[in-house]
Amino acid sequence: MFSDFPFLSLVVWVPILGGVWVLFLGEDNRARNARFAALVVSLLTFLLSIPLYAGFDTGTAAMQFVEHAPWVPAFNIFYHLGVDGISLPLVLLTTFTTVLVVVAGQEVIEHRVSQYLASFLILEGLMVGAFAALDAILFYVFWEALLVPMFLIIGIWGGENRVYATIKFFLYTFLGSVLMLVAFLYLYAQTDSFRILDFHDVKLGLTAQIFIFLAFLAAFAVKVPMWPVHTWLPDAHVEAPTGGSVVLAAVMLKLGAYGFFRFSLPIAPDASGELDLLMIALSLIAIVYIGFVALVQPDMKKLIAYSSISHMGFATLGVFIAFTLLEAPDGRTSAVLGLEGALVQLVSHGFISGALFLCVGVMYDRLHSRRIADYGGVANTMPIFASFMMLFALANSGLPGTSGFVGEFLVILGSFQANFWIALLAGLTLILGAAYTLWMYKRVVFGEVANEGVAGLDDLNPREFIVLAALAVAVLLFGLWPAPLLEVMGPSVENLLDHVARTKL
Amino acid sequence: MSLATLSLLIILAPLAGAVVAGLFGRAVGRSGAHTVTIAGVAVSTVLSFFVFKAVVLDGGEGFDGPLYVWGQAGGLRLEIGFLIDELSATMMLVVSFVSLMIHVYTIGYMAQDPGYQRFFSYISLFTFSMLMLVMSNNFLQLFFGWEAVGVVSYLLIGFWFKRESAIQANLKAFLVNRVGDLGFLLGIAAVLLVFGTLDYAQVFAAAPDHADATMSIIGGFEWSAMTVICLLLFVGAMGKSAQVPLHVWLPDSMEGPTPISALIHAATMVTAGIFMVARMSPLFELSEVALNVVMVIGAITAFFMGLLGIVQHDIKRVVAYSTLSQLGYMTVALGASAYAAAIFHLGTHAFFKALLFLAAGSVIIALHHEQDMRRMGGLWRRMPITWLCSLVGTLALIGFPGFSGFFSKDGIIEAVGHSDLAGAWVAYPAVLLGVFITALYSFRMYFLVFHGKERVDEHAREHLHESPPVVTVPLVVLAFFSVVIGWPWVEPALFGDYFGATIVVHPEHDVLARVKEGFEGAGAFATHGFVALPFWLAAAGAAVAWYLYLREPELPERVAERFRVGYRVLVNKYGFDDFYGAFFAGGTRAVGGLLWRLGDVRVIDGWLVNGSARAVGRIASIIRHVQTGLLYHYAFAMIIGLLALMTWILYGLPAD
Repeated sequence: MFSDFPFLSLVVWVPILGGVWVLFLGEDNRARNARFAALVVSLLTFLLSIPLYAGFDTGTAAMQFVEHAPWVPAFNIFYHLGVDGISLPLVLLTTFTTVLVVVAGQEVIEHRVSQYLASFLILEGLMVGAFAALDAILFYVFWEALLVPMFLIIGIWGGENRVYATIKFFLYTFLGSVLMLVAFLYLYAQTDSFRILDFHDVKLGLTAQIFIFLAFLAAFAVKVPMWPVHTWLPDAHVEAPTGGSVVLAAVMLKLGAYGFFRFSLPIAPDASGELDLLMIALSLIAIVYIGFVALVQPDMKKLIAYSSISHMGFATLGVFIAFTLLEAPDGRTSAVLGLEGALVQLVSHGFISGALFLCVGVMYDRLHSRRIADYGGVANTMPIFASFMMLFALANSGLPGTSGFVGEFLVILGSFQANFWIALLAGLTLILGAAYTLWMYKRVVFGEVANEGVAGLDDLNPREFIVLAALAVAVLLFGLWPAPLLEVMGPSVENLLDHVARTKL
Repeated sequence: MSLATLSLLIILAPLAGAVVAGLFGRAVGRSGAHTVTIAGVAVSTVLSFFVFKAVVLDGGEGFDGPLYVWGQAGGLRLEIGFLIDELSATMMLVVSFVSLMIHVYTIGYMAQDPGYQRFFSYISLFTFSMLMLVMSNNFLQLFFGWEAVGVVSYLLIGFWFKRESAIQANLKAFLVNRVGDLGFLLGIAAVLLVFGTLDYAQVFAAAPDHADATMSIIGGFEWSAMTVICLLLFVGAMGKSAQVPLHVWLPDSMEGPTPISALIHAATMVTAGIFMVARMSPLFELSEVALNVVMVIGAITAFFMGLLGIVQHDIKRVVAYSTLSQLGYMTVALGASAYAAAIFHLGTHAFFKALLFLAAGSVIIALHHEQDMRRMGGLWRRMPITWLCSLVGTLALIGFPGFSGFFSKDGIIEAVGHSDLAGAWVAYPAVLLGVFITALYSFRMYFLVFHGKERVDEHAREHLHESPPVVTVPLVVLAFFSVVIGWPWVEPALFGDYFGATIVVHPEHDVLARVKEGFEGAGAFATHGFVALPFWLAAAGAAVAWYLYLREPELPERVAERFRVGYRVLVNKYGFDDFYGAFFAGGTRAVGGLLWRLGDVRVIDGWLVNGSARAVGRIASIIRHVQTGLLYHYAFAMIIGLLALMTWILYGLPAD
């Protein structure tokens, strides 16, 4: 009953059109209307995305809620949407996060309110579109278009150095994407179609595969971001307003990893297998090197940004360890661990990094500083906030019982089956992650009240409480019971492995 | 009620208490918080006793089954479930009972503290975590409990979060434990590699078939899989049970309030490693290399950490080093395949060490948070109950024949003496000499606190009196058990089939069977204790303590002066802390700084992004003059550019 109704289109277009509507609510003297309207639109979108889960058939790897309509028939370009177990969790993550961002931005943003909220709503629709697109050109349009609202969010509501950050952000991501477009065009020449699922079945020589893989890599590695193309992220985060950081970390980074799942692996499996050691090495560098770098950051947002890069290293490690595992006779079970671990890590990191950025935002709104040295003893004046932040800090350290554990655990389990040393290096995050997160927590939250600013802090207001509580529930729920998430992913991951195990040469 | 239902209630009762006290602390108030948490733990204790009676005393069927499916990835099914057998039933009773005593004691100890509800919430949460750990039926849940006790310990050590020393200590404790946890996690991954499952029953059943399995760690060189698994798991045990060189967190953890020093750092959390190795006996029995390593590490800890207790002035730190040393004894027993003796000592130690900690706490509150033994002395008259209870605890600790510690510690010493493993050559002398050391530091503490000249300062002396009943009643109860618990327990635990099939010992390693040959009942064992070597070593230790600290109180300083080098080594705790501080804490920060400034900032951003960045800088400097309004133009230009690009690509391409 669900699958006939165009839920996916609604989840894409309701926020985009709603965003345009909010935009027309105009001036700041009518900000109340804009805030209310944006809240309604984001909640409505979230509600519309629930049937996607409720009606999702976990017994199949096929695309569901498929919509198909001609767009540019001359070039076989279609308006083609659908979700499977890989994209569905990310779609839900997007709609969930946007509600929180809209709520969190309610009183904090005071100028150009309607534009601010509209940007997030439009961004939401574009991100869902990118996750759900089954046509390469449609995907590309969403993928590039969503840069614009994010660019505006950082450029208009950002910090002092926002122009530098936005341009760095834009150049990095744009240059990578252009190569991806070239790869799409090449694949179009081979298949006479832009259907992504057709791309999955095309035979390609190894050289062609490697070029395609590298072209995709340029686009996806920047988005993830992988070492060494990661330096745009800390700058973007530092300058972005809280909501921008949340969406950037929670959802936009996932597009890169999603790209590996949807494009690189099934289209160029032989090249992926050929280059897996390179990818594993880059992932390990991200986990270990960036872990060290995070340790010495004096700025909380930068620290969390580096922590994000390190955690995303687990996602890419989980993806590419699968290839090493498949070489072994009975490695398929472990390969599933790696891939599902990577996917869980994406969702979980969305909650945790989003929550941590919101925590920094809560403090920033009060004292207008992100510097660790400007804080100390926050627990004395904000005990409830301190408890929430403790939970998220522990989740960021991969504590079992929180969602942060699940992905890392599965990836380490999988990696060990391939190679002891890879697992050991990845496992260093157990120590490093705890060190940088809890050391920051110690300096910011514990201790005597450090200064007058901290002495005058007010604890969470109801709006902030609701947002953090929602994330706390999500973090604990998926930590104690990740089964539903794994169940959704299962068939699609198995199907992906079928593709990967079959040579395309 | 079935065992499954009972188990669920035992787990959930303390959790419910913790949640109520933690989230609704303000609503329920102080008395509400302690009532609900104590009720929760009391329910666990009573039900644990029923379980203990059913499984151990009546020898009934245990239980092994899942509670719910945590997740399923590919062919791997991960569950949360319970395994109730002789071992877990014993641990459940010890954990919940000691925890109950500590809950009651806390009412008195924390009476003045503003974080009263939070504290009760934490200790109940801790009890829940520890029960999760011991009741688990698989490695995943074991790791859950394992990490959970680590976190709650982190929260409790840093309970007084305004104190710099406390928040330094809790971070250190957590990170050192994490080093162990890394080994443990890799050990679990190795189990999965070899056995393809994380379920205890399946792993243990299949273990003998994999005795000769190998895995390659360093290219081409094949290691025994069992050795790798056991050593990795043992790294985890070294973290939690504070074995050298991962012991450094335990003495510092004394920064937390005393009740948690007793609960966590004496009775429960630190025994998690001992419990785990005993639980894994079917695996450890297959690797003599691992057993030897375990025994030697334990011996080093037992002996060298005991020595450090002699030079400490802080009363809690003496007890802490004593704990380290006793954990070493348990570890030695594990290495000698005397798992039952290790668990037996774990049990008796839980009582008398909790007693000693709580007695120390009673002294500390009586003296208004004075912990330096140089400002104590002669307290026996002022605090008679605390004094007598301390004496009982001390006698139990040094293994005075008839006290609980005697039975368990002598069991260990005898067992190690019968071991054929090479490690026993190190371990046996270490545990014997350790007896002398134990008596020396224990009686030093006892004499310094309760006898000799009263060195208490004026202010404290005015208020000096015995602690209230909520403090002394738990002391008396624990003292009672510290005396009697050994008598009924020694025979079944060491020589009977107390643990049934839970603990597996290879016949060649079965040292306890050899000890049993000379065993003629608990009474004879105790009587024989008076003529055995350990007793005389202990007596010598006590005598030396008496001579140095009561008879000639000026002497210790002169001895320290004479043997200055040795004394400095001990005071500096063999330099572990300084080395770790400089090398790990300082080193990681230096590496982090280097990678950041050199790698990210100079090489990647400076050189690689150099050209474009500079070009961008120029554009940026122009744009910076134009205010935000023009950014729209910029974005707009971007979209137009994009459309133009797309048009060019689409129409420039042959549409065939």
